[in-house]
Amino acid sequence: MSKNVPDALALPQARPLAGGLRLAALVALLLAALWLASSVLSAYGATLAALVCLNVALAVSLQLTNGLTGMFSLGHPAFMMIGAYVAAVLGYPVARKSTMLSGLPEALAAWQAPFVVAVALGAVAAGVAAWLIGLVVLRLKGHYLAVATLGLIVIVQGLALNWQGITRGGSGLSGIPRKTDIWWCAGLMIAVLVIVWRLKFSSLGRAMMATREDQLAAECIGVRTARVKLVAFVLGAVMAGIVGALMAHLITVVTPRSYGITLAFNLVVMVVIGGTGSITGAVIAAVAITLMGEGLKPLEEGMGLYGLSQMMVALALVLVLRFRPQGLFGSGEPGWLIRFFRPELSR
Amino acid sequence: MSAMIDRPPALLLAFAPGRRGNGTIDSETILSAEGLTRRFGGITAVEGYDLRLAQGDLVGLIGPNGAGKTTVFNMLSGVLRPSAGGVAVNGQDLTGRPAHRFARAGLARTFQNIRLFDDLNVFDNVMSGGHMRLGAGLWPTMLQLPRFWRAEAAIRERAAGVVELVGLGPHIGRRAGDLSYGDRRRVEIARALASDPQVLLLDEPAAGLNPSETAGLTALIRELVNRHGITVLLVEHDMRLVMALCHRIQVLNRGRFVAEGAPREIQSDPAVIEAYLGTRRTRAGAA
Ligand SMILES: Nc1ncnc2c1ncn2[C@@H]1O[C@H](COP(=O)(O)OP(=O)(O)O)[C@@H](O)[C@H]1O
Ligand SMILES: [Mg+2]
Repeated sequence: MSKNVPDALALPQARPLAGGLRLAALVALLLAALWLASSVLSAYGATLAALVCLNVALAVSLQLTNGLTGMFSLGHPAFMMIGAYVAAVLGYPVARKSTMLSGLPEALAAWQAPFVVAVALGAVAAGVAAWLIGLVVLRLKGHYLAVATLGLIVIVQGLALNWQGITRGGSGLSGIPRKTDIWWCAGLMIAVLVIVWRLKFSSLGRAMMATREDQLAAECIGVRTARVKLVAFVLGAVMAGIVGALMAHLITVVTPRSYGITLAFNLVVMVVIGGTGSITGAVIAAVAITLMGEGLKPLEEGMGLYGLSQMMVALALVLVLRFRPQGLFGSGEPGWLIRFFRPELSR
Repeated sequence: MSAMIDRPPALLLAFAPGRRGNGTIDSETILSAEGLTRRFGGITAVEGYDLRLAQGDLVGLIGPNGAGKTTVFNMLSGVLRPSAGGVAVNGQDLTGRPAHRFARAGLARTFQNIRLFDDLNVFDNVMSGGHMRLGAGLWPTMLQLPRFWRAEAAIRERAAGVVELVGLGPHIGRRAGDLSYGDRRRVEIARALASDPQVLLLDEPAAGLNPSETAGLTALIRELVNRHGITVLLVEHDMRLVMALCHRIQVLNRGRFVAEGAPREIQSDPAVIEAYLGTRRTRAGAA
């Protein structure tokens, strides 16, 4: 190679070990910190930490769909609801199933799915729903996906409300075994972060971003854009389904109003504030908005200022759109983070 | 198979090897079109366009503005479905197929109004061209299997080679949307080349370039054809460039052929001169 070619073009080693080792070290560090914290934290603190982890997982998985691939999905609450109900119904103790879930088929009523199996089936159900919607809607241009996913929220809520025999309607499912703890939530968050990060810095991720930037040009270099969009959409939905299933087993209640349009809005705000396509930005926005919501709760309840946190979220969105429309991190990640995990990419 | 069946029978005949009157599609033919026609509502933008490109050909497609050149490109690359007629890449009849099938069959193109992935840097733009043939699938990527690392290395290697070939080395880290016009054109060519095409369609690649950039482009096209065996179909308003480069030239006016032949014949063809005089074209208006 001639000498006017910059260093970055020098051929990479086949398998950069450094990045993987550093990731493992960081995960170990994070888990150790969590272990320390869990012995100090109150029950409330532990639940809050778990919620932060789940919200980070939600925002980052939406970043895959809306940020990297440039679709506009509002469907996360619907996929969470599907995951939550499927997992909760399957994982309900048999004794309660027979009294409370009259509409359940014999085979299911007599079987309490192990937690992991219930969560996995919840995720599969969310993924199948996304796949069906994606097949129909993703080939259309424009904002059909936003409308369709909004419609899905309404449909899923309607199903949960009216399918009495299985969902117990408006009163929802309560007394779900509290199987989820901070470890599950932290584990899921790490898994989502690792998967989305790996996708972003891969050929498939570049195909997703190419689709976002210019779908026609992407097609013309051989990217099967319909398939790429479907993959990103379904993968995001599966992640949301797992979050929903874990959340149901954390809060022990799921009702038709648990996850709605407000949550869809908040998640989109996290993506926009963080920067469309930025994993780091989504993490920071998710942590900040979750903690702010919790911090304002005493104020809301003590002074009757209900809706205050929602107004603050909207205000934050307006400020970011006005002064930093590309979001905190644009579509990128901080250079030191890339150097840390994928040293071969930046030299 | 169903793809073959739902096509009009006339095309099946036209593209079935060995069944045509004047010669079959031999293995040398990389891109062929027959009777390509495209109507937009009432107007016919292109009518009865024929093409046969053999390996190593460098053919120019010229004509005044609005002649239908870009529409021809769009049909040849699967971006537009022809109203009538058919296209075959490497002997595969791809009429009516999506554009990514054309790319896979070995065709790459650039756009008259450059279409880059503006928010990605230059190197990512070029590497995205390597995805089709070299990219790893979903599972190897998520699990970072050895296959993933091999694929990434191959894509980087290919992109690095292409970047060097078109001389974009100093710019690889820059955001594509921030580049100068001439550099953007080169990124687009590099991205197309990264998909490892056999035939390259260039839509007004010299538009907006300064003379030294145009000279560089001319040398690059020549190198692609002569050294790398790539077949090129070129739409260009810069007549000096077209006449100097092309082995053969097609002239289009109002969607129809006016002439086809060697540069020398074209330059002295009265019909061509009339087409151009009839709609006097200015260099500035060309882009
Ligand atoms: N998408 C379209 N819809 C309607 N008319 C079009 C479209 N694309 C091209 N045309 C018309 O087709 C004719 C040929 O256009 P074009 O192929 O762009 O010409 P050229 O590239 O030779 O300048 C023009 O009259 C143009 O207005
Ligand atoms: Mg044109």
